[in-house]
Amino acid sequence: MIEAKGLTKHYGDFIAIEDVTFKAEKGEVLGFLGPNGAGKTTTMRILTGYIPATSGDAKVAGYDILTQSLEARQHLGYLPETVPLYTDMTVREYLRFVGKLHGLANGKVEKRSGQVIDICRLGDYRDTTIGKLSKGFRQRVGIAQAIIHEPDVLILDEPTIGIDPRQVVETRGLIKSLGGEHTVILSTHILPEVSMVCGRVIIINEGRVVAMDRPENLSNRLGGASRIVMDVRGPDREIVQTISKVEGVKAVHGENLGGRQRYTVEFRPGKDLREELARLVVNRGWGLLALEAQGLSLEEIFLKLTTREEL
Amino acid sequence: MRNTMLIAGKEFRSYFASPIFYVVTAVFLVITGFFFALSVTRPAADASIRDLVSVSQFILWFIIPALTMRLFAEEQKLGTMEMLLTAPVRDTEVVLGKYLASLGVLLAMLLPTAYFPALLYWFGSPDSGPILSGYLGLILMGGALLTVGLFASSLTSNQIIAFVVGAGIILVLLFIDAVGGLPGANPPVFVQRLVAIFQYASIRTHLADLSRGVIDTRDIVYYVVLAAAGLFLTVRSLETRRWR
Ligand SMILES: Nc1ncnc2c1ncn2[C@@H]1O[C@H](COP(=O)(O)OP(=O)(O)OP(=O)(O)O)[C@@H](O)[C@H]1O
Ligand SMILES: [Mg+2]
Repeated sequence: MIEAKGLTKHYGDFIAIEDVTFKAEKGEVLGFLGPNGAGKTTTMRILTGYIPATSGDAKVAGYDILTQSLEARQHLGYLPETVPLYTDMTVREYLRFVGKLHGLANGKVEKRSGQVIDICRLGDYRDTTIGKLSKGFRQRVGIAQAIIHEPDVLILDEPTIGIDPRQVVETRGLIKSLGGEHTVILSTHILPEVSMVCGRVIIINEGRVVAMDRPENLSNRLGGASRIVMDVRGPDREIVQTISKVEGVKAVHGENLGGRQRYTVEFRPGKDLREELARLVVNRGWGLLALEAQGLSLEEIFLKLTTREEL
Repeated sequence: MRNTMLIAGKEFRSYFASPIFYVVTAVFLVITGFFFALSVTRPAADASIRDLVSVSQFILWFIIPALTMRLFAEEQKLGTMEMLLTAPVRDTEVVLGKYLASLGVLLAMLLPTAYFPALLYWFGSPDSGPILSGYLGLILMGGALLTVGLFASSLTSNQIIAFVVGAGIILVLLFIDAVGGLPGANPPVFVQRLVAIFQYASIRTHLADLSRGVIDTRDIVYYVVLAAAGLFLTVRSLETRRWR
C-alpha cells in the first residue's frame, strides 16, 4: 500500500532525511517515532506529494507519488502537522468542502460529514465557526477531514496532540479500528501510544531509520535479556559481590523484601546470562526463589536508539 | 471543472464574508462617483463615461491587488495550502477556481456603477457604443490585472507583501509606455520599434481606444494574452513552491 525507497530530502546543505526505506501493507498501522526534528513530518510531506524528495521514490496505493501524483492523492487522507482549517467556515461547511474536493458526490458528502461529525464527537459544534473552536476540537476537525472520504491510505501527523485524555483514548481506538481496512501511518512522541495502536514502529533519528519492527519485538531484540530480576535467599553482601564479578554484568541493584533479596542485574545485551547466574546461585547453596529476564520498555529503547550512547 | 467551480464557489462566498470586498467597493464607488460628477457638470460636457473609464484604471491599480492579495497568501498562512495541494485537485483547477471567484467579485463591484450611465440615459441621449465598449475595456483590463494580483499572492504567505508586489507590477504595466519619451527626437529605427513594443505593453494605451468606442482586436488580444500569462505564471509558481 505504501512503499518508500531511499527517500532523501536536502534543504540546501541540511539533510532532513536520508535513505528512508519502508513498506506498509494493507490494513497495517505503522507508527513513526522520533525526537523533534527527526524528519517525521518531512517524510510524510513527501509521501503525500506536498514536497518532492531530493532522491528516492515512493508509491501510495500502487501509484508513484511523482509521476501519478493525482491518482496517488485520490487514495490518500492526510492530517498535516498544522491542522489545515479555514477559520471563517463552520465545521459542517468545511467538511463538506473537503469531501467534495476529494470527489464525493453531493448526497454522499452529506451522509459522510454527518458520520465523521459523530465519530469525532463534534456534534455540538457542527455549526460553529472553526475560528472559535478550541485547540482540541480543531484537532478533531482535522481528523474528521482526513477520513471523510474513506481513503485507503491515511497519513496522520501527530493526530492526538492537544486532545484531552478521554478523547485520546477514543481517538486511538478509532485509529486502531481504521487499520484493518485502511493503511495508517501516524507520527507521535507518545511512546505508549505506539505500543497501543501500532502494529509496527519505525524509529527515526536525525533523518535516518534506526529501527523498524513490531513494538514487542523491538523490546525483545534490543532489550532482550539485558536485565534480569532474581529473588535470592542468602547473605546479601556476598551475593552482590559474586554476581558483580560475572563476565558482562554492568550493575547489580539489591532490595530487601524481608527474608530474601531482589536483585536487578543489568548487563551488556547480546548475551543471555540467565543460566549462568542460576547455576552460580545454586552452586553456592543459596536459595533461588525466582529468576526472570526483563525486556526494555519502549521509552528505554527509544532513548537508547536516539542518544549517541553505544549500547 | 467540478473542482474549479467548487473552489470558485468557496472563494466567492468568503469574499462576501470578509470586509475587504465591502470596503473596496465603497472606495471604488465614491471615487468614480466623484469624477463622474465632475465630468458631467463641466461646461459643454458630453454624455459619456470616458472620464469614468479612464479614472477607473487608476483606481483599479490598487483595488485589484487588494482583492487578490488574500487568495493564496492566506492559504499559506493558515496551512490549508498543504490540504489543498495534497487533495486530488490539479494546480490549474485551484488557480482557475480562485481566478473565477475574483472575476465574479470584480463584476459585482462594477455592477453598481451602472448607475452612472443610467443617469446619462435618464437626462440625455448618450452614444451607447462607447459606453458598452468602455465597460468591455474595464472588464478586460480588470480580468487581466486580477491574474497579476493572483500571481503576486502565490509568491508569499504575507498579504501585505502580496498587495505591494501586485500593485508594483501593475504600476509598471500602467506606465511602461512612458519610456517612449526617453529617446528624444529622431531616434534610430530599432529604438522606435522598441518604444512601440513598450507602448503595446502598456495597459493605458489599450483602454484609451476602447473608451472611445473603438474595438480593435489588438487591444482585446493584449488583455487576453496578459491574463493567460498571469494564470500560467501562477500555476508555475504553485508548482515551484512545492520544490522550494
Ligand atoms: N522548509 C524547511 N527548510 C529547512 N529546513 C527544514 C524545513 N522543513 C524542515 N526542516 C528541517 O528538517 C528537519 C526535520 O524536520 P521535521 O519537521 O520533519 O521533523 P519532525 O520529525 O516532524 O519533528 P517534530 O517532532 O518536531 O514535529 C528539522 O531539522 C527541520 O529544521
Ligand atoms: Mg513533525
